[in-house]
Amino acid sequence: MSAAPSSAMGWGLQSCHVCGLLSRPAAGARQGRCPRCDEMLDFRKHASIERTWAFVIAAAICYIPANVLPVLTTSTAAGSESDTILQGVVLLWSPTGWPLSLIVLFASIMIPSAKIIALIYLLIGVHRGSATNSHQRVRLYRTVEFIGRWSMVDVFVDTFTAALVQLQPLMSVRPGPGLLFFAMVVVLTMLAVESFDPRLIWDMASANEVQHG
Amino acid sequence: MQRLPPLEPGESARCPQCDEEMWRRRDDPVNRTLALAIAAAALFVVANSVPMLGLTVVGRSASTTVFGGVLDLWADRQEIVAILVLFTAIVAPGLQIAMMLAIAFGARRLHPRRWVGVLIRHHPAAKTWSMIEVMMLGVLVALTKIADYARVIPGIALFVLGALVFVLAAMEASFDPRDVWQRIEWVDRAPEASIVWPDAEEAQP
Repeated sequence: MSAAPSSAMGWGLQSCHVCGLLSRPAAGARQGRCPRCDEMLDFRKHASIERTWAFVIAAAICYIPANVLPVLTTSTAAGSESDTILQGVVLLWSPTGWPLSLIVLFASIMIPSAKIIALIYLLIGVHRGSATNSHQRVRLYRTVEFIGRWSMVDVFVDTFTAALVQLQPLMSVRPGPGLLFFAMVVVLTMLAVESFDPRLIWDMASANEVQHG
Repeated sequence: MQRLPPLEPGESARCPQCDEEMWRRRDDPVNRTLALAIAAAALFVVANSVPMLGLTVVGRSASTTVFGGVLDLWADRQEIVAILVLFTAIVAPGLQIAMMLAIAFGARRLHPRRWVGVLIRHHPAAKTWSMIEVMMLGVLVALTKIADYARVIPGIALFVLGALVFVLAAMEASFDPRDVWQRIEWVDRAPEASIVWPDAEEAQP
């Protein structure tokens, strides 16, 4: 094993996260710009941990009304009925419709909660300076990043159901207050993923290696 | 930090730290991307101008376009969700296609101008929020739900959007930003002092 640092920061260099160019930081405390593409340069994303925590906590707060409040209200001659996301999944369950029901269950209930838990786990790992299984944690980050957008499925389902079923006075479907909170959970978790800098995962790992020799 | 080896078309280099693919050489990246971006633009215009879904029940019928769904949300006092749907289903995909068209046109020069770099910098944001494929799945689920009590008629836009999902994926896969960055005009023309190696790159997961 060579003792040379493996990250650009270890060499005192900054890499541009847009075009990949490596350059020496500008003299003084001033923030530099990439000479090739003009992007602001930083060793690591600015205030990554704090911003990610803020988005995750906001998402966790919105998660409760998103699941408790109705997302769709169906009015017929016989009266009206409101469904939450979970009730929507149950309604979709039928001998032919169960695969779609599973997709919605996965995209709307499991992915958002798993995303919040995974981000908290990654943040705690960085705080504790954990050096174990950093490969799995990077893979977890990438999975969360890739899969997160699919939670928007329920927003589109409710949008087009409500837009199409406008047959007053027979039947009409309107979006409920839960939809706004659900959409906020999706947006806030996507912003949290974007503000987290995954390079922090192995910064801690290599710092600990140096300490423990 | 990693110095990238020269690659043949179709080969890729991966990060030794996190195993992320850092660069994959593509065949003829500029012309293929341009062709796919033109195709995507044509499909996008059609998809947003014809009805996507229709339904008939006891002699009454209704139909909607993507934008119609946005207008209905707005009318139902869900303004924020309406803006979000407008953004992810129409604005971001439109920007994604328009930016890629401009990038591919600009990258045909031997030394692309600086504005091409500005567009490449902001392209990933449009790509992140462009959710045509997610919307397709949502529309299919909505169709299944409604099919229980009404006859649903898939519109032309639905099939066009289905094709657009694949063309957009092919467009992104054919684009090689490194190929453009290596040829582009630099913002700072005398940067020798600060440059280490133009072909080195830090892991960017």
